[in-house]
Amino acid sequence: MADRKIPAPGVNPETEPFWTAAREGRFLVKGCASCGKNHWYPRAICPFCFSDRTEWRPASGRGVIYSLSVMKRAPEPYVMAYVTLEEGPTMMTNIVDCDFDALKIGQKVKLVFKPTEGDGPPFPMFTPA
Amino acid sequence: MTIKGKAYIMGAYEHPTRLAKDKSVAQLHAECALGALADAGLSKEDVDGYFCAGDAPGLGPLAMADYMNLKLRHLDSTDMGGCSYIAHVAHAAQAIAMGKCRVALITLAGRPRSEGHSGAVPRMRGADAPDTQWEFPLGVATINAYAMCAARHMYQYGTTSEQLAWVKVAASHHAQHNPHAMLRDVVTVEDVVKSPLIATPLHRLDCCVVSDGGGALVVVAPEIAKSLKRPRVKVLGAGESMKGQMGGEVDLTYSAGVRSGPAAFAEAGVKPADIKYASIYDSFTITVVIQIEDLGFCEKGQGGRFVADGNLISGVGKLPFNTDGGGLCNNHPANRGGITKVIEAVRQLRGEAHPAVQVKNCDLALAHGTGGLLGSRHGAATLIMERE
Ligand SMILES: [Zn+2]
Repeated sequence: MADRKIPAPGVNPETEPFWTAAREGRFLVKGCASCGKNHWYPRAICPFCFSDRTEWRPASGRGVIYSLSVMKRAPEPYVMAYVTLEEGPTMMTNIVDCDFDALKIGQKVKLVFKPTEGDGPPFPMFTPA
Repeated sequence: MTIKGKAYIMGAYEHPTRLAKDKSVAQLHAECALGALADAGLSKEDVDGYFCAGDAPGLGPLAMADYMNLKLRHLDSTDMGGCSYIAHVAHAAQAIAMGKCRVALITLAGRPRSEGHSGAVPRMRGADAPDTQWEFPLGVATINAYAMCAARHMYQYGTTSEQLAWVKVAASHHAQHNPHAMLRDVVTVEDVVKSPLIATPLHRLDCCVVSDGGGALVVVAPEIAKSLKRPRVKVLGAGESMKGQMGGEVDLTYSAGVRSGPAAFAEAGVKPADIKYASIYDSFTITVVIQIEDLGFCEKGQGGRFVADGNLISGVGKLPFNTDGGGLCNNHPANRGGITKVIEAVRQLRGEAHPAVQVKNCDLALAHGTGGLLGSRHGAATLIMERE
């Protein structure tokens, strides 16, 4: 099956460290030095306590599928999903490189970075662990 | 302060077109405005407040207000997707209650069918939106965002595809009586679950139509309502809210209706069991199930069981819904169904719905909508209306 072309994410100054790390194969989440919680998607201001003392933290890339939908009506079918990370937050992503119809909510998955169009940074996606 | 009894919906008009290749979007807005003002027995010169959302071409309300050459002292272009127009009725009532305007016009129109838009294609909702870089590359489209809610609801509560299908079956029973409806054939549960999967677990017949067209509403001050000849539909209460991913504490099993619904019921001083007719936004079958739970028509998780066996069919079930055929069968103009939800509620309260679907003694109705994507971030608006 042909892989869907993934548009490059629109990197901005607030998120540039994430994508630079992604190019080096490192997966980061944003955490808060004030309330301690990790969040997704990464922000400069903590969405829980509104502190500006947020920091990039390395993440394991391990998680479980919270929900998923196999997009059948597309030139190349793909899987939209939410994955709950070991570090806490649930993130929107794709599940890739597997039998889509065999995927289940609650299944363990691990991170894979997938190339994006042009010279874009690789995008965080998941595959069965 | 309350809007209860401070404003009346006196004009309502649904454009009959479902395919408008020969019209512009601005023209459709204006044709809807003309229709709603004529319905109320008012003229353009009476309008002093104008409300529209993102479907209106141009900058906020300015281009359409200028096109129609309105003389305004109140403008509002609150945009929370398809439910905006339900919120606009409440905002109009607030403005009227504060003396900011006396005749408020609300318009919606669009031609996604002519322009070939589909809910299966990822849509960029602002390149600079903070979520876009994290989500647009993933191929999040309207349908798969809602489908993830359905998948989780099934996982957590045992909701089935057959239960979801009942929502479509009920809509089709109503649409057969609407000569303007895009889909007038009555369908069965089997038809729905055997239609092609678009985004699992949602099938083609779990999805609303894509239609051109539009609608308009006229909301007026009580003294103006009393001077008009049409039946009076009084605004009793309203609520609005939004819900997103909550910093990563994602929960796809409920909507912002858990806040907009109770706020509207509290302001109106009524409870779900009092509602005789409900317009419930039906972008997809799952949308209806989740909203019905959140509004308190049944317990959380019981929505699938509640909608089954014809419980939403007028004259058959406990909660007659979307008697025009809804977005699932009748019309979803501009990919935004909020205004048609209010329009059919007004028809029911006036006793002007099709006789085959008219709810007897329909004196209390609700219109509720979800705008944006239930599976990522969405708005919700609830409106409760009474026939006076
Ligand atoms: Zn914090």
